[in-house]
Amino acid sequence: MANLVFIPAPDLPPPPGQVGIIRWLKLNFFKDTFSSVLTLLGLYFIFWITGPLLSWFILDAVYAGDSAACNAAEGACWSFIRAQIKLFLFGLFPRDLLWRPILAAALLAITFALTATRIIPVLAMVLCWTALVLISYWLFAGGFGLQSVPTTKWGGLMLTLMLSVIGIVTSIPLGILLALGRRSKIGLISFLSVVFIESIRGIPLVTILFMATILLPLFMAQGADLSTVFRVQIGIILFSTAYIAEVVRGGLQGIDSGQQEAADALGLSGWKSTALIILPQALANVLSPLIGRCIALLKDTALVIVVGLLDFLGIAKAAAQSALWLGFEAEAFIFCAAIYWVLCFGLSRYGRSLEQIGAAK
Amino acid sequence: MSEKIAESRGGRQQPPAVIELTDVHKWYGNFHALKNIDLTVRKGERIVVCGPSGSGKSTLIRCINRLEVHQRGSIHVNGVLLTNQTKNIKEVRQEVGMCFQQFNLFSHMTILENLTLAPILVRKMPANDAVDLAMSYLKRVNIADQHDKYPGQLSGGQQQRVAIARSLCMAPKVMLFDEPTSALDPEMIKEVLEVMVDLANEGMTMICVTHEMGFAKSVADRVVFMDMGEIVEENTPDEFFDNPQVDRTQSFLNQILSH
Repeated sequence: MANLVFIPAPDLPPPPGQVGIIRWLKLNFFKDTFSSVLTLLGLYFIFWITGPLLSWFILDAVYAGDSAACNAAEGACWSFIRAQIKLFLFGLFPRDLLWRPILAAALLAITFALTATRIIPVLAMVLCWTALVLISYWLFAGGFGLQSVPTTKWGGLMLTLMLSVIGIVTSIPLGILLALGRRSKIGLISFLSVVFIESIRGIPLVTILFMATILLPLFMAQGADLSTVFRVQIGIILFSTAYIAEVVRGGLQGIDSGQQEAADALGLSGWKSTALIILPQALANVLSPLIGRCIALLKDTALVIVVGLLDFLGIAKAAAQSALWLGFEAEAFIFCAAIYWVLCFGLSRYGRSLEQIGAAK
Repeated sequence: MSEKIAESRGGRQQPPAVIELTDVHKWYGNFHALKNIDLTVRKGERIVVCGPSGSGKSTLIRCINRLEVHQRGSIHVNGVLLTNQTKNIKEVRQEVGMCFQQFNLFSHMTILENLTLAPILVRKMPANDAVDLAMSYLKRVNIADQHDKYPGQLSGGQQQRVAIARSLCMAPKVMLFDEPTSALDPEMIKEVLEVMVDLANEGMTMICVTHEMGFAKSVADRVVFMDMGEIVEENTPDEFFDNPQVDRTQSFLNQILSH
């Protein structure tokens, strides 16, 4: 008796059609005749919509070959993007010097990675971004041992990224200062800040860009020749600064006055309490709208087309009008939209991750 | 200077005055928030300030470290006259610690960072020493094991004890308490009061705005009763509670002690 051991028989498999994907389909799509009919109709509708898109985008598309091959085909002409990719990315930048914008892009990626992973302190981040701006400018413009490239040759995604990154990196600190200025107890500073913010916010960006290209030279000293790129960059920075100032001001207003009082009571000076107590909390509270402003700025740079700069969108439009590749606007704009989307979605996800870090506290 | 004042006022046996308010007035617009306040607090004294809400108790102690600006009269803290001069204000704030009703811990910093911030930045203490000091005070308020948490992760009572420790890290000569237990759940009031009683027993000069009459009875040297921006009555706790001199004091005590 003692050596009898209970060995359970192995479990039987569940009856077919009762588990897994088949059961799920049955329950949700083919429960009765009516829902089966709806499902089939829906499938047909989806195919009806996506079928032509699918064939245009992928099945009938031309991936290699010249414009003649593209014109003969029904689908999209992706070989156009391939053939013109340098134009899209670098505009008219001299082809033998492309290592310079590529290096600048690599430095941008490294700086962004250092910032996003938070492995360096805030002060080092500020230094890194400042250095990035200066080095990138040197790589673009040349001088100091590098062959100089006139700004009229800058264009494409490289110009879009330059206008956006310098715009963001410059207007965030300026916007913070302006927001603090607006709350200043010194009447003149607060008045001037309000005047600046409200003036800029009352003018469309297009108008600011026109003013920057046409009016700015009138105010500048004789002989001071600033290229259109720089004037436009200044216009973008001014515009973005005013909006960021308002976002930051919202954050400052959300901080309980007790935080300032506690800092005062401990004997911290005004600047120290602002920099270490008030601002970090205010900025953390407005991360989401702040990232939103950065995304908006990145997309707004496409407006520089109106003053004749060939940024990413501008070069796409121009490329589709070139004699060799005439009429592939759809492909050019889709490519543009895809790259813009990737950049903006990336920024947006980065913002979300920052908020989650903040919420964990 | 403070010793001179003490000598001229009360003779040799009395400790020096740490805080001297003379004929202090404060207005918010047309509202006369403080009227003719005269108050002297000597070293080691424990003063409890009480009175109905809106009577100016908080305004009074907030004038002492210049969180509020008085418009008339003079305030001396540790011999320093409070004026608009930043240097004087800074000097006073370094010697006066304050605890708030809402704790006001810096919510983006850990408990330890909250405590070491001012010693490092204001007292220019080396970071290691500041950490040692902070940990010793956290041990004193029985909260050392929470030092790497953020304020939002602590209970109200724990936060207020951290706030007291944060003030003590600056080695203040006077502690001001602005209704330190009013925002706390009843079961947490005791743990904060215990810390305050300990502090009083160690000889800290304290001014407490509080409704905790038990604390006033057991710890205070003097109770100051305020109403409508004035000091109505100032007396020892025994006299104040058992034999109030003024009708307004009597009716206030009836209201808060009746239930």
